Amino acid sequence: MKKNFKDSVNSAVHNATLTGALGKFSEAYKVNRQKAYEGIDFEALRSTIAERKSYAAGHLDQMADTFQANAEALGAKVFRTDDPEKVKEYILKVARENNVKSVVKSKSMASEEIHLNPYLEKNGITVNETDLGEWIVQLAGQKPSHMVMPAIHMTKEEVADLFSKEVDERLSTDIPRLVEVARKELRSKFLAADMGISGGNLAVAETGSIVLVTNEGNARMVTSLPRVHVALVGIEKFVEKFEDIVPILTALPRSATAQLLTSYVSIITGPSQNTDGSQKELHIILMDNRRTDMANDPKFKQAMQCIRCGSCLNVCPIFRLVGGHVFGSIYTGGIGTILTAWFEKLQESEDIQGLCIQCGNCKEVCPGKLDIPEMILEIRRRLVVDKGQGLVQKAIFSVVNNRRLFHSMLRTASITGKPFTSGKFIRHLPMFLSDLTDGRSLPAISSVPFRDRFTKIQQPTCKEKAAFYAGCLIDFAYPEMGETMVRILNKAGIEVVFPDEQTCCGAPARYSGAYEVAANNAVDNIKALLKEDVKYVISACPTCTVALKHEFISTLESIGKTAWLPQARQLSDKVCDFSTLVKKLVDEGRLSFKEGQKLGKLTYHDSCHLKRTLNVSEQPRELLQKAGYELTEMFECDMCCGMGGSYSIKLPEISAPILQRKLKNIKDTGAPVVAMDCPGCVMQIGGGFDQDGSGVKVKHTLELLADQLK
Amino acid sequence: MFEQFKTKAEAVGAEVHRFSNAAQAEEFIVAFMQEQGITNAKGAYAVWADSPFLGGCDKSALAAKVPGLSFEVSRELAADAKVGVTEMGWALTDTGSLVADQTDIKQRLASTLPEIHIAIIGTDRILDGKAAVFTRINPANSKFIAFITGPSRTADIERVLTIGVHGPKRLVIVFVDQMEGGRP
Repeated sequence: MKKNFKDSVNSAVHNATLTGALGKFSEAYKVNRQKAYEGIDFEALRSTIAERKSYAAGHLDQMADTFQANAEALGAKVFRTDDPEKVKEYILKVARENNVKSVVKSKSMASEEIHLNPYLEKNGITVNETDLGEWIVQLAGQKPSHMVMPAIHMTKEEVADLFSKEVDERLSTDIPRLVEVARKELRSKFLAADMGISGGNLAVAETGSIVLVTNEGNARMVTSLPRVHVALVGIEKFVEKFEDIVPILTALPRSATAQLLTSYVSIITGPSQNTDGSQKELHIILMDNRRTDMANDPKFKQAMQCIRCGSCLNVCPIFRLVGGHVFGSIYTGGIGTILTAWFEKLQESEDIQGLCIQCGNCKEVCPGKLDIPEMILEIRRRLVVDKGQGLVQKAIFSVVNNRRLFHSMLRTASITGKPFTSGKFIRHLPMFLSDLTDGRSLPAISSVPFRDRFTKIQQPTCKEKAAFYAGCLIDFAYPEMGETMVRILNKAGIEVVFPDEQTCCGAPARYSGAYEVAANNAVDNIKALLKEDVKYVISACPTCTVALKHEFISTLESIGKTAWLPQARQLSDKVCDFSTLVKKLVDEGRLSFKEGQKLGKLTYHDSCHLKRTLNVSEQPRELLQKAGYELTEMFECDMCCGMGGSYSIKLPEISAPILQRKLKNIKDTGAPVVAMDCPGCVMQIGGGFDQDGSGVKVKHTLELLADQLK
Repeated sequence: MFEQFKTKAEAVGAEVHRFSNAAQAEEFIVAFMQEQGITNAKGAYAVWADSPFLGGCDKSALAAKVPGLSFEVSRELAADAKVGVTEMGWALTDTGSLVADQTDIKQRLASTLPEIHIAIIGTDRILDGKAAVFTRINPANSKFIAFITGPSRTADIERVLTIGVHGPKRLVIVFVDQMEGGRP
């Protein structure tokens, strides 16, 4: 990570204005978005959008040809180019031909992408942004920090200062008054402008229409008042049919700002008349700038389904801490990382891709069905392929994969308290057991790992067998969780085997982009876990469960090790997380709880991988309540705890405040116990409460259930 | 359906009125303009864009009642008008939106530049949502299709909702049950 990037992250997380505004917004957004979608089948809606957008992305030339023919038949001029420089030259040419002195713009991210404003201004043309947020950002000489809310990082005091300079009068910080000033100032600019430049939220091929979605009314003025209208549209905005507008118009305002519809939607099809009765000059620029390449890439084609609502930013636990500016480019947040990697270059995303903690919140709410975390991992993989895996990283993974060596190194580290002090090693170590961070204590590394304790456990002989996959945390830090797991399964008449050759699940390697290492982990584990004929392969760590169940397959597919796919699928079918299996055993009557237990209040933390990849959230809650706990839900129960594997080491300045927020939400419930299904979350949250001193007990669900079973 | 529309439109800050016939609606609009102090002065004009409803009105009688009201919607007059009147094509119950073919620039001037937009619409023009209106609008015939949902708004300063940034600060919707009725 470059130092200036780290510096910008640091200053962002310590900017109280920014984190305050974004934090409040994101909390309100979640509730309001849900309300806005009431009565709408979101899954069906987003499937339709994904299908329609994907169709257009798969037929880009056809879309552009049809659009051009239709728009030109009505009198519009259509200019198609893949080169941002040509876009700017074309707009300047149109401006010169029409003797344009001043331009008003409604919001266009595509124009930001190509840095249009400075280019026009350099050529003697005055440009005024008219979206209030964009205007504020323009006056401040900054970049927008959010796709939908460009000036969300600024306070009313800062805005008052900017406006005061602009109108040469000392203004108060009264927001309606400031808005009135903007109305007055910009009104005269609208009326005087010779050219209006807009973007386009949608471009409809079969009709040649451009759709503009705004709240302020500025797009109506930009497209109506000046003699010339230039619409700059990225070709990802295509849809085939006129009726395709309906699903996108249903989702866009709800996902962007939790509105049922924005104040204004304008559908412009060909040039209409100017106010003096002449026909308007309408130029529509269809800009590629690597979008076709993106659409042709099997891993990134889905990015073309994006409708630019910004909901991925609004639900991101990282974005609400750091805001948009640390992304350094025009597009911010998760989607911005992907667009930057494509529209600029892959290397530009090297630092910012590391901001993603892989919690999956964005994937859950995306109206275009984009799997942003998956695409960010693919960026990581390509960066590693591009640069090669560093020698240090190679050395580390070889240690991680040698389980007993890794354990003894961790054990040494935990005893001396000074792990791996050779500077490079500690910085690059992918394992989260190695470092001390502020606000969190690390667990002691057990003197005897689970793999060596297991051989001493006495088990009944049963017909049904399950293989236990421990993962590093249970193996090395929480072996007692493994012992408890064996005890529970034995009660249900299941004998547990522990294949000793099992190794790291590959998540650290995969999440670092080292797919070759992850694929080797996958093969080693497949061999180990399928060796004996067992009914289940069970894990008490959701990250490991996801690796075993889904990621082995996708990693092997990614690097073309297809020979192992049948076995990977066979393993996947047997893999089950703890709570799902235990719920099944309870439902089948093979496990039952002691009656009438009153165990008091408890709150439950949803782990990212369990909730959003394995879709498990009700099972542990039901089990804990059956055991006798009284469940009280915390605020944002399914928000990431900030652990994210090695994330907490790479970006402790982000991880720490996420953890503090989680601790507060837990404490606010007043429950003395918090349960969760992930040993990584136990380590993060447990470590947090250990330093915090409030005495809240942090437990894996299995630890709370074991003693309540008959 | 009217009640559903009214609830949704009021939720986004629109004002909704309903009259049983055109004469009553006309009377309301005249009184409204008088109350707003519409007069022959910059900033206090009213503009009324041509529409079937207006076709049924006695324009000279209207102009006599409201000095400062113009039926010639020019860019200059609209920019200095306090009230603009247009007729809309459809009303949507699911979002409280109004939809109109605004290919004619005068329709846009009168509904965008003044501080207050009065939108006239027949009560029989209420539809249940976007899907229904999309089968009735055709971009081949309409070069500018406008959806208007409440007054102009922004939340760009500290996420504080503020009404009336560039477009109208008030949207006054006038429903008329019998568009032909009540007139001499």
